[in-house]
Amino acid sequence: MQLARKQSLFKTILEYFVTVDHKKIGLLYLFSGLFFLVCGTVLALLMRIQLAVPENDFLSGQTYNEVMTMHGTTMIFFAATPLIFGLMNYIVPLQIGARDVAFPFINALGFWFFLFGGIFLYSSFLFGEVPDAGWTAYASLAVVSKGHGVDFYLLALQLSGAGTIMSGINFLVTIVNMRAPGMSYMRLPLFTWTSFITSALIIFAFPAFTIGLILLLFSRLFGAQYFNVAIGGNTVIYEHLFWIFGHPEVYILVLPIFGVFSEIFSTFSKKRLFGYNSMVFAVILIGFLGFMVWAHHMFTVGLGPFANAIFAIATMAIAVPTGIKIFNWLLTLWGGSIRLTTPMLYGLGFIPSFIIGGVTGVMTASAAADYQFHDSYFVVAHFHYVIVGGIVFGILGGLHYWWPKMFGYMLNETLGKISFAVLFVGFHTTFFVLHFVGLMGMPRRYFTYLKDQDFGDLNYISTIGSYILVLGLVLIVFNYIYSTVIREKAVNDPWNGRTLEWSIPSPPPMYNFKQVPQVNSLDAFWYEKMKGNSNMSSPDELSDIHMPSNSSLPFFMALGFFIASYGLMFLDKGSNNIAFITLVIGGIIAFGSMVLRSTIEDKGYYITKKQLSEEDPK
Amino acid sequence: MISNTTKLTRENFPINPERATLEGQNKYLGFWFFLCGETVLFACLIGTYLALKNSYSTGLSSNELFEYPLILIATIFLLTSSLTSALAVYEMKRFKFVNMQLWFFITVLLGCSFLALEVYEFIHYVDKGFKFTTSPFSSSFYTLVGFHGAHVSFGILWFLTLMLRNAKSGLSLVNAPKYYLASLYWHFVDVVWVFIFTVVYLLGMVG
Repeated sequence: MQLARKQSLFKTILEYFVTVDHKKIGLLYLFSGLFFLVCGTVLALLMRIQLAVPENDFLSGQTYNEVMTMHGTTMIFFAATPLIFGLMNYIVPLQIGARDVAFPFINALGFWFFLFGGIFLYSSFLFGEVPDAGWTAYASLAVVSKGHGVDFYLLALQLSGAGTIMSGINFLVTIVNMRAPGMSYMRLPLFTWTSFITSALIIFAFPAFTIGLILLLFSRLFGAQYFNVAIGGNTVIYEHLFWIFGHPEVYILVLPIFGVFSEIFSTFSKKRLFGYNSMVFAVILIGFLGFMVWAHHMFTVGLGPFANAIFAIATMAIAVPTGIKIFNWLLTLWGGSIRLTTPMLYGLGFIPSFIIGGVTGVMTASAAADYQFHDSYFVVAHFHYVIVGGIVFGILGGLHYWWPKMFGYMLNETLGKISFAVLFVGFHTTFFVLHFVGLMGMPRRYFTYLKDQDFGDLNYISTIGSYILVLGLVLIVFNYIYSTVIREKAVNDPWNGRTLEWSIPSPPPMYNFKQVPQVNSLDAFWYEKMKGNSNMSSPDELSDIHMPSNSSLPFFMALGFFIASYGLMFLDKGSNNIAFITLVIGGIIAFGSMVLRSTIEDKGYYITKKQLSEEDPK
Repeated sequence: MISNTTKLTRENFPINPERATLEGQNKYLGFWFFLCGETVLFACLIGTYLALKNSYSTGLSSNELFEYPLILIATIFLLTSSLTSALAVYEMKRFKFVNMQLWFFITVLLGCSFLALEVYEFIHYVDKGFKFTTSPFSSSFYTLVGFHGAHVSFGILWFLTLMLRNAKSGLSLVNAPKYYLASLYWHFVDVVWVFIFTVVYLLGMVG
C-alpha cells in the first residue's frame, strides 16, 4: 500500500490525536466507550455486592450514593453514547457512499469534548469529592450537596454535552448533503435513517439539559435563587428541563440500535427488510413522540390528573410504532434463510428482552399504577431491560457485525456465541428478579435493606446473576483480544452483506471510496451482486481526491475548556488565586485555538490519481 | 459551480455565494441546525423566567424595576443592526467588499451601543438593590437577559474577527459563507430579543 506506510508506534498514537478521519474518530469513540463501560460495570458490581445481603456494610451510605451516581452517569453519557457514536461515525459515511463527514474538524472536536468530559468526571475520585445526587441530579438534592462532587457532574456533562450537540449537527448535515448519487432518502440503510433521527433528537434535546445544568451550576457557584423554595423558587423546573432532555435521550440511544438490528436481521435472513417504509415511518414517529412524554417520569410530582392522563396516553402511544418495528423484524425473519451467527444471536436475544422491557414500560406509563412502581426496583428492572437488553446487546452485536470491516479480521464465532450465552443468562438472572423486589416495595437508590423485609433471597440471586453478566463481558473482551492475536483475515464482504460498506476493502482506505458509487436501489450492494456485478459502478472517472488536513486544534480547544472547568469550579475558594489563574489559562488555550482555527485557512490536500491507481487493486 | 482557482469578478460571482461550494452548503445547513438547538436553549430560559417572574420575594417586582425609555432605545439599536447586517449581505451578493465591510462595521457599532446600554441597565438595577441573588425572579431575569447579552457579545467578536481576518484578502467563496452565517446568527439573536422584549419587558409592564 502506498498510502499506509509502516510507521512507528509513537507516530501512530500521535496521529490519533490530530486525526480528522471519521473512521479513526469512530475507533477513538469505541475504545473510550469500552473503557468507560468497564468503569461503569465495576461500579455496578460494587453496588450488587453491597445489596447481596441485608444490612450489609460493604459500602457506606455516602459511598453507595457516589457509586450509584457515577454508575448511572457513566453508563448513559460515557459508555452508551460514545459506543453508539463510534458505530455511527464509522459506518454512516460508508453506508451513504461518502468519503468523509460534512465537518471533519467538528467531528474531532466533538470527540475530544466528550473524552475530556469523561476524564473530568472521573477526576472527581482523585479529589475525593464524588457526585452523589443520582444521575438525574434533581435540584433539591444537588443544590445542597456538600463539597464539589456535583460540580464535577455538572461541568463534565456540560463539556460532553457540547461535544454531543456538535456531533449531532455533523451527522445531520452529512446525511443530508454527502449522499452518493442515487442514494435517495428512501434508499438509505436503516442504520443511517435511525442515526439521522437520533441526531435530530440530539439537537432538540441536549440544549434543554444544557440549561438545566447551567441553572444548577449558577445556583451552586453564584448563589442563584431559582430553586430556593423558601422564597418562591421552584425545583420542579429542573425536573422538567432534565426530562425534556432525558426522555428523548433514551430514544437517542435506542434508535441507532434499532438500526443495527435491522441491518443484522436483514443480512442474516438473506432478505430485504420487511416493511422498510413503515420502519422509517415508525422511527420518525418514535422520535416525534419521544418529545411528548417527558412528564411520565414525574407522575408522582403532583402535576395533577389532567397532565398525568395526557402524558400517560402519549407514552402508551409510543408502544404502537415500537410494535410495528418488532413485527417487521419478526416478518423479516419469517421465511428467510437464517444464519445463526453471533450478531444474529444478539438480535434474537434482543427481541424478547426488549419486549419485556417494553411491557413493563407500558405498565409504568399507567399513571395510577405508577404511584406503586415509581422509584422502586420495578423501574430499575424496567430500564435495565431496555438498556442492557436493547442498547448493550445492540452495541455488542453491532461491534461483532462490523468488526471485520473496521479491522480487517474476524472475531471468533465460537467464543462469540459462548460469551453471548453467558451474557444473556447473566442479564436475565440479574434483572428479572428485580421486578419482584420492586413490586414487594424495595425502593431504588437505598444503600441497604432490613433483614425482616424479605428482599434478601431475590437480591442474592440478582447479585449472582451480575457475576455471570460480568463473566460474559469478560469473555467478550477476551474474544476481542484473542481474535486480534489470531488475526483470521476478513474478506471485503464476510457476511454476504447488503449495504455499501461491504463493497469496499476491509479495513477501508482513508478515502473510503476510490470512486463515488452509483446507487440504484435499496440494499445497493446486494442489488449489484444480484445483477452479477462484484463491485459498485461509478458515474465519475477516477480523479484526484480532496482530503481535509489533520489538526491538533480540536484537542487543544477541548483541553482549554477542560482546564478552565477546574478553575470555574474552585472559584468560590476565595482566598487563593490559583482557581482564577487556571480559569484564565484554560480560557486562553480554548479561545486561542478558536482564533487560530478561524484565521488559518485549511486548504486540505489531494490524493492524486497516480497514487490511487498505484494501489493494489483488490 | 465555480472552482477555487477562478478569479472572481462581479460578473461571475454567484448569486448565492454562501452556497456555491459544498463546504458552503454544509456550513449553511449545519448552521440552521445549530440555530434549532439555540431556539430550544432560549425557549428553556424563557420558560424558566416565566415560571419565576412573580417570585420576587422581598426584592423589586418587574413593574417597579424596568426603565422603559432605556430599553426602547436599546431595542431600536439592536433591530436597526439587523437591518444593517442584511444590507451587508446584500452588498456581499453584489461582490462589493468594501461596502459590505462598512455595513458590518455599522452593525458592530450598533451592537456595541446595545451592549453598553444593557450593561448600564444591569448596573442601574444592582444599584437599586436588584442583585443576581435577590430573588428567583432576579436570578432568572439576569440569566435570560445575560445569556442574550453574551450572544450579542459573541456576535460582535465574530464580526470583528471576520472583518480583520479578511480585510486584505477580499471576498471569496471561502469567506462568503462565514460572513453570511455571522449575519444569520445576528438575525437570530435579534429575533430572540424580540421575544425577550415581549415576554420580559412588555409583560413586566402589566405585572
